[in-house]
Amino acid sequence: MKTAIKLAYRNLIGAGLRTWLNVIVLSFSFVIIIFMKGIMTGWDYQAKTDMTNWQIGGGQYWHEAYDPYDPFTFSDSHAPVPSGMQEEISRGNAMAQLIVQGTLYPAGRMVQVTIRGIDPGQQVLQIPTARLDTLTDAIPALIGSMMAKNSRLKEGDYVTLRWRDAAGTFDATDVIIAGIFATNVPAMDAGQIYIPLDTLRALALLPGEASILTFRESEKQRTELPGWKWMSKPELTREVDELIKTKQTGQTVLYAILLLLAMLAIFDTQVLSIFRRQKEIGTYIALGYTRQQVVGLFTVEGSMHAVLAAVTGAIYGVPFLAWQAKVGWTLPMEASEFGMAMAQTLYPVYSLGLVATTVLLVTITTAIVSYIPSRKIAKMNPTDALRGKLQ
Amino acid sequence: METTNNIISIRGLYKRFPMGKDEFTALHDINLSFGTGEFAGLIGPSGSGKTTLLNIIGSLDVPTQGEAIVLGRSIGKLSPRESARLRKESLGFIFQSYNLLAVHTVYENVEFPLLLLNYTESERQKMVLDALEWVGLSPKIKSKPPQLSGGECQRVAIARAMVKKPRLVLADEPTANLDAANSHHILQTMEKLNRELKTTFIFATHDEKVISYLKRRIYLLDGRVDNEELTEAI
Repeated sequence: MKTAIKLAYRNLIGAGLRTWLNVIVLSFSFVIIIFMKGIMTGWDYQAKTDMTNWQIGGGQYWHEAYDPYDPFTFSDSHAPVPSGMQEEISRGNAMAQLIVQGTLYPAGRMVQVTIRGIDPGQQVLQIPTARLDTLTDAIPALIGSMMAKNSRLKEGDYVTLRWRDAAGTFDATDVIIAGIFATNVPAMDAGQIYIPLDTLRALALLPGEASILTFRESEKQRTELPGWKWMSKPELTREVDELIKTKQTGQTVLYAILLLLAMLAIFDTQVLSIFRRQKEIGTYIALGYTRQQVVGLFTVEGSMHAVLAAVTGAIYGVPFLAWQAKVGWTLPMEASEFGMAMAQTLYPVYSLGLVATTVLLVTITTAIVSYIPSRKIAKMNPTDALRGKLQ
Repeated sequence: METTNNIISIRGLYKRFPMGKDEFTALHDINLSFGTGEFAGLIGPSGSGKTTLLNIIGSLDVPTQGEAIVLGRSIGKLSPRESARLRKESLGFIFQSYNLLAVHTVYENVEFPLLLLNYTESERQKMVLDALEWVGLSPKIKSKPPQLSGGECQRVAIARAMVKKPRLVLADEPTANLDAANSHHILQTMEKLNRELKTTFIFATHDEKVISYLKRRIYLLDGRVDNEELTEAI
């Protein structure tokens, strides 16, 4: 094997440009696969981190009637905050949100919104609720940048907000846009308006009530609360997981095409080598190789393209990937338009496992592709091969 | 010719090749022996069977009928692995078109048989340098075959065949691609190695220049031994 590796290396280096063309194509596969997978891992990590920081914290209790995809459930999905939870809230380990359906009238237009009552002093989520802690002649409200863009609202604007209280009465008041925040989590932005929790409780006639309770820590085991259902962090991020899984399946097709192109070049080179190097094959046999050993030599030679490609890929790929991990990959279009937790700039995350798996996958594929045409050597007649007679 | 130190013994050897539905008999009832240190040649026109016989002696091919015993091993009964081992350890080949590895240097070409025999790097280095000195190619050590003349290429091939000091060297038309001066140079080199190292040389040739150097001439015609002559006592 050592001899085969030594000879294969000499043959490849001796073949010059032909080798390097294959190696460069194959190294692109390495770098692009690692980069794309890194983007996916980075996106997954970023999406979950943003969701955790902005939306779900370490897990939530939902009122049993609450369904975020059905606004008609909002009117029934509230209950007094369980007594055991009050202590957690006052210690800052948890926060309550009350959710009420409403309508906003920016510049005479009508926009359906979800009104979220949130404690201005909360520190569980990253949303800048401190800006609600202000004295104004109208109710202070926070909205996301996407919501601001769609409803053409800006900071300091007054806008009419209408809601229906617990008694079924419609009421309306003016709110002032006290702040506009930017987030990568669309569920916290699109169609959402945030006002102080106590204010919403008073407006909706739901004193001391909440729709969801969000916790800071995720590790802690949560007890069952009657009328509430526990939503763990993995449950709340399941959609992101599924989305990423779907994206990864799509990307696998891209990897397959990339690999196929590289493998086609290797296969072609192997076929051409066996066709052109018949005399050489005969010479190896005359000098003491068995035909199987020559098959082995050609397979090692083909597989070594992957090793050289890994080294070549590392030379330009490591600085490129490191630079990308630092500056990130900025999407050419508005990320907010995707409707999912996605930052405008994605930062790829690479792991040793990702690099090792990719190198192993490409090397094994290359070895198989190199072996298939090399099997022909085993059927060659060495005396014809020595004469260079085509077989 | 039968001697006690025979290294090759061929008895009633036939070689037939399929030709469409029929068979073509390339070798008919060959009976020959070769002793240690011979400088012999199989002489004949194209199609006389000399290369076929040389290939069988070199265990690159097998007899259809009869027996060829080379260095105590019956060629027809060897497994591919045993056959490769015989070639690797005891035989050297010199070809008409040199068959050098084009992308390897002169040094690497000569080193190749030693790599297969698992010599250490320092042993290999000494043996390769010695072999290149025998053939007078020490200054061309880093050159590659495309940078050498035909004569130089054949001298590299001789060095490659001789580097492991095999007991038997088989040379198939070694001067066919060379001019007269280079041919004589090559033949003198081989004659010297035969004399100094007692290596047996068997040629397949129809070149008069080669024939003039041979000490034993075996004439083949249509696959049969037609005549045999000795030029000096063996």
